[in-house]
Amino acid sequence: MTNGPLGGILSFGAYIPKKRLQRASIYAANAWFAGGLKGLAKGERAIGDWDEDAITMAVEAARDTLEGVDRTTVGSVALASTTLPFVDRQNSGVIKEALNLADETGAMDVTGSMRAATSLLIQALKGAGGGSGDGRVQLVLASEMRKARPASEGELVNGDAAAGVLVGSGDAVALFKGSYSTTIDFVDHYRSTGMDFDYGWESRWIRDEGFTGLIGGALKDGLKALGVEAGTIDKFIVPISVRGVPDGLAKKAGIKPEAVADVLSASVGDSGAAHPLLLLVAALEAAKPGEKILLVGFGQGVDLILLETTEALAKLSPRKGVKGSLARGQKDENYLRWLFHRGLLDLERGMRAEADQKQPGTTLWRNRKAVLGLVGGRCTKTGTVQFPRSDISVNPNDHAAHTQEDYPLADKRAKIVTYTADALTYSPAPPSYYGMIDFDGGGRMMIEFADVSADDVEVGREMEMVFRIKGTDEMRDFTKYFWKAAPVAKEA
Amino acid sequence: MARGIKDKVAILGMGCAKFGERWDKDADQLMVEAFEEAIGDAGIDSSQIDAAWLGVAFDAVNIGPSGIPLSMALRLPNIGVTKVENYCASGTESFRGAVYAVASGAADIALALGVEKLKDTGYGGLPVRTRGTTFDMVGVTGSAPGNFAQLASAYRAAHGVGKDDLKRAMAHVSVKSHANGAKNPKAHLRKAVDMETVLGAPMIAEPLGLFDCCGVSDGAACAIVTTPEIARSLGKKDLVTVKALQISTSNGWELQQGGGWNGSYFHTTRIAATKAYEEAGVTNPREQISLTEVHDCFSITELVTMEDLYLSKEGEGWRDVLDGVFDADGQVPCQIDGGLKCFGHPIGASGLRMIYENYLQLLGRAGERQRKTPPSLALSHNLGGMPSQNVSAVAIVGLADA
Repeated sequence: MTNGPLGGILSFGAYIPKKRLQRASIYAANAWFAGGLKGLAKGERAIGDWDEDAITMAVEAARDTLEGVDRTTVGSVALASTTLPFVDRQNSGVIKEALNLADETGAMDVTGSMRAATSLLIQALKGAGGGSGDGRVQLVLASEMRKARPASEGELVNGDAAAGVLVGSGDAVALFKGSYSTTIDFVDHYRSTGMDFDYGWESRWIRDEGFTGLIGGALKDGLKALGVEAGTIDKFIVPISVRGVPDGLAKKAGIKPEAVADVLSASVGDSGAAHPLLLLVAALEAAKPGEKILLVGFGQGVDLILLETTEALAKLSPRKGVKGSLARGQKDENYLRWLFHRGLLDLERGMRAEADQKQPGTTLWRNRKAVLGLVGGRCTKTGTVQFPRSDISVNPNDHAAHTQEDYPLADKRAKIVTYTADALTYSPAPPSYYGMIDFDGGGRMMIEFADVSADDVEVGREMEMVFRIKGTDEMRDFTKYFWKAAPVAKEA
Repeated sequence: MARGIKDKVAILGMGCAKFGERWDKDADQLMVEAFEEAIGDAGIDSSQIDAAWLGVAFDAVNIGPSGIPLSMALRLPNIGVTKVENYCASGTESFRGAVYAVASGAADIALALGVEKLKDTGYGGLPVRTRGTTFDMVGVTGSAPGNFAQLASAYRAAHGVGKDDLKRAMAHVSVKSHANGAKNPKAHLRKAVDMETVLGAPMIAEPLGLFDCCGVSDGAACAIVTTPEIARSLGKKDLVTVKALQISTSNGWELQQGGGWNGSYFHTTRIAATKAYEEAGVTNPREQISLTEVHDCFSITELVTMEDLYLSKEGEGWRDVLDGVFDADGQVPCQIDGGLKCFGHPIGASGLRMIYENYLQLLGRAGERQRKTPPSLALSHNLGGMPSQNVSAVAIVGLADA
């Protein structure tokens, strides 16, 4: 256990993909085979689009977290996930490039357990108070997009999401009041290297020995070690989607029933290793200053993190967060499309899909700022902005040479100049929307659109940039990332 | 501006293969088919050719690199043969090579041949291909219809034209070309279509339906050029000469300069047309140009090209189209041979196919589709790339004394 006036959480953010697959649609397709899942066929779950994965979702959560934050203050970025796209290529390194952070940034991937994010957060919070850093803040991210077999429970229960918190010793919105951890090799489920799906054991045993036994035991010992009265906890976060488990644990530990946080089962689903962080962000959004938050992480042991919110909460600039992400959700009933997008249904894609997507490492390396960071060029002589930057300016009135400086475009808004919905080119989600956009403040590009609906695309439509998968080299198993333009959510 | 090459080069002979799904022939056999007609028309022997240019765009599904395939197919006398590729303007680009060679005096007789076999890809439309490893990371590899369809969204916004009005004007473009193509034995698609069929066709790339898109075919076309003096010495009486030949290439302004180009027209075509008219001495194109063959890869491309060639006023092209100005019996017929719409677009061949039709029309050899009013100046417009980034070629040919 640790204690004392340590660092804290300076900022937070979240990203939940727009599409909400109706569980009734999943169940309807599989009821003939797995009728017993009927009890889970309620509400909706968040699903990533075909061009999203744990990296892209983490980038969006990071951008939300860094809202109003000077990015030069970020000293490290870490990503917790059990669904990292790359086993060996630092996933958080891709995120660092997408965020256009300084090269002098530390990075780390944390994986292997459903409590990867809480363990990472404990290390970050401890580090923040330890005085070992250079005063820069730590970006802690968690993101998860789990695959589950058709007709499995996980398919209905899981959800795709990402969340982030910024950790440091500055003006914290929530102070770190201590943590408590246990480690016990409890194999309620596992996924070995190379496996696509979890293999799980009987739910009754998990409930009795795992949730009640391990979490219940850790709460009993942990609260004592942390020196906190159970009755003073204002928000109790248990990222377990099995009905009644958080309430039962609260009751047994003596925590107020109204302190138990909703686990977003009905609207998002269980986002695995990202879920503790996602629920923490939701709790912080709703918290008032001076509240005690107890966050639980569970996976081969238990993590407990105690936080206390401060007056600084009110000073945080507006962000999408969990609340905003939930508000922009869009009903989806196309179960087959989702199976295809997750690689679980082998549709006939036609010869156009055969085009080789080989990515030379050299060109990506040379152009990493433009490709991963959407950094263009700005002519220091004329102010002309362009993408990508080039030796000689595009400005017809002054083709100034070697005058350009880096000019990040990812956070600029843009407007559609031309567009089409292309049903001929291969896309996993036809028709493929793309067109030309003009950025506010200069610069234009031809770009693919994301999250577009047919009735909401026109010349002049305001767009924002999102980090997505551009394509996959299926022959060599390499994911190519780039930016796309998505419609800015209209004010309600 | 440079003095230009008006009347310095004459067309000695031309040939054009039957366009279509030529399951029966390889690219080199299509070359021979076009060449045999051209050399017969020219009345010379291949040993008299001093230099040759070959236009091909998709060499990977075609003939492979270099000028060697042309030299081998025609058994040319070990002369210099150069392969050129300039997107879909490759045909006119090959013509430019040959014409410039003659105009410069470097060659007495030169040959241009364009060929493409698109029907060996296994699917419709143009082959999907890379545009370079850097572009592929940040660019959009849409389909050709998707790239050109964007003209429509921008044109509607720029000129306040309703979706239905523009769609009807686009449909008229295709109905007109099909009516013309039905009369042409060398065309691929020879069936007339009505407005309802065009308007009701499946959507390919919003707002382009199936009939707003040109066909996809195999084909070849060939031109043999020389000086007017040599042509006359070889017994030619009615000479068709090159009045102007201009190519304009995008430098990124349309694609990259925020707030500049509005997406509704071809910046390069306007430049190429202006230069070509100056070179040919044309001051009022709508009155002076007898007919045009333009790059109607898509109906909307032809429509905005009427404005870019200054045959219609800006924003009024769609009305002129609906008024029949460009019909076969209109003021300035466009695609009197059926156009890309009915010939299909074997990339390397198209630019030369257009000049072939203009050549026939000028000499009164166009048979059933011959323009009644005898033409004197004919324009061809051959475009490569996409609206935001392209190569635009304008060639004006005419009777020697016009």
